[in-house]
Amino acid sequence: MKPGRRVNNIFVYAVLVLFTVFAVYPITRVIAISLRPGDRLLTKSLALIPEDATLSTYARLFSEQPFLTWMANSLLVSIAVMIVGVGLASTAGYAFSRYKFRGRDAAMIAMITTQMFPVTMLLLPLFIMLIKLHLYDNYLGLIVAYSATALPFTTWQMKGYYDTIPFSLEEAAGLDGCSPFSTFWRIILPLAAPALVITALFSFMAAWSEYLVAAVLIQDKNLFTLPLGLKTFASNLEVAWGLYSAGAVVVSIPVVLLFLFLSRWLISGLTLGSVKG
Amino acid sequence: MFRNARLAYGYTAPAFLVLGLVVLYPFIYNVIISFSNMNLTHFRDWRLIGLHHYISVLTERTFWWILIKTVLWTALNVFFHVSIGLFLALLLHRDIRGRTVFRTLLILPWAVPQYITALTWRGLFNAEYGAVNLILENTFGFTLPWLSTEWGAFSACLVTNIWLGFPFMMIVALGGLQSIPQELYEAAEIDGSTRLDRFRHITLPLLKPVMVPAVTLGVIWTFNNFNVVWLVSNGGEPSDTTHILVSWVYKTGFTYFRLGYAAAFSMIIFIILLLFSWNFIVRTRATENVY
Repeated sequence: MKPGRRVNNIFVYAVLVLFTVFAVYPITRVIAISLRPGDRLLTKSLALIPEDATLSTYARLFSEQPFLTWMANSLLVSIAVMIVGVGLASTAGYAFSRYKFRGRDAAMIAMITTQMFPVTMLLLPLFIMLIKLHLYDNYLGLIVAYSATALPFTTWQMKGYYDTIPFSLEEAAGLDGCSPFSTFWRIILPLAAPALVITALFSFMAAWSEYLVAAVLIQDKNLFTLPLGLKTFASNLEVAWGLYSAGAVVVSIPVVLLFLFLSRWLISGLTLGSVKG
Repeated sequence: MFRNARLAYGYTAPAFLVLGLVVLYPFIYNVIISFSNMNLTHFRDWRLIGLHHYISVLTERTFWWILIKTVLWTALNVFFHVSIGLFLALLLHRDIRGRTVFRTLLILPWAVPQYITALTWRGLFNAEYGAVNLILENTFGFTLPWLSTEWGAFSACLVTNIWLGFPFMMIVALGGLQSIPQELYEAAEIDGSTRLDRFRHITLPLLKPVMVPAVTLGVIWTFNNFNVVWLVSNGGEPSDTTHILVSWVYKTGFTYFRLGYAAAFSMIIFIILLLFSWNFIVRTRATENVY
């Protein structure tokens, strides 16, 4: 190896390690705080694992706090959103990829435009309607709202993936007497499985991680989703820092693992789905 | 491509029904309120008062000051997202050992739910017990008043948002790099080009089609990023100095109940973003089919 190349490699690794520390450090910090014993939350220690590490905060989180209720609520809402989201994006994306119809281009541009709406523009009317109709504390509103959040992105993503599946498949199926809908259902949809998985993930995450809409729609403490519950700890960090950290770790682990597991498909999915310039 | 349009409407109808309910209907409602005098005292007996709120937003110093801050916030964020993301993607695209491990660890900030990121960083910036000041104290012997001053809180939000945003650009750039054929570089090398030449004349132009949509989306998302600013600064602390346009609208609408004013303000934000991205929407052959 040439000396110039070795210096180069050392530089590459140094930069990568530096940014990896930047990316990972805050996460290790939350884990460290969640492992501290309850009476030592406010210390100035920077140890990665506190010397007297304990799981007692986790035990308190599950036994003394309504954490399991919040989790059940969030799971219910997120799974419903995932099912609705996959249903809507897989069909709409298919139409955009395979059909020429009046209003198609306008509809696709309208979908991008929704990304420019500031969240208040949708929340304010929603909020006013809720007060007037006394429609608080209803998951139906939450599920419909969340399904729409990720929809523009996932529809574009699905369309990009369908574009890579050759149209000759549908033509062949048509010649064999397969109806257009059953061609879509039996042949195309199974082939689009990787894109469906990404769509499911994004729809699920949109609901699992959303704070603001829930804060406006849900007032009843028994109906709180995880973000609302964790925020109650966080608004009093001095007292509940440990509980917040433990909750944050429990909430993040499943989505982080899922995300990392799917990240291989994510790279190709995002590029395929990206707008062609 | 199928010609039967009726089926196409069937496929798209459910999606547009939901978008109509959640996006279109509130949008129209919002336009109407923005021309009305609706607030807490005129909640049910509101009436249309024309452009009053638009004029008062545009003639206020608060609006222009927050607009400047929002533009600065967006420019700094997107600059760091793209430069860090692109830089790391170039490093990860090399044939080095352990790049899968690095890539996985570097994606982590994107995987963590955004509100958890924001609340966690608020803890890290705590003046006395937060890790940021502890590290500063131990290595440099000084601390900074992160969350208690106007620009300290702005910087805290900025660092948080840079942290959570660079992996997206990194992944998009990485995907773009992988799609550039290796032969181009080999041919250029034979022709005696330098590395810088190859970067400027092959890598950058071929990355552009992937990066332009990502940057446009990045600008829109950052400009409207309510979560980070609101949760890191705990609703605009200290005393409403830490705001971008969208968090300020939220405050006027949901804390001060100036509903008509907030609706007009939201419309102005939307129009700013639409003007910004219009060029992109019109020029891109976004809806073009591959056939």
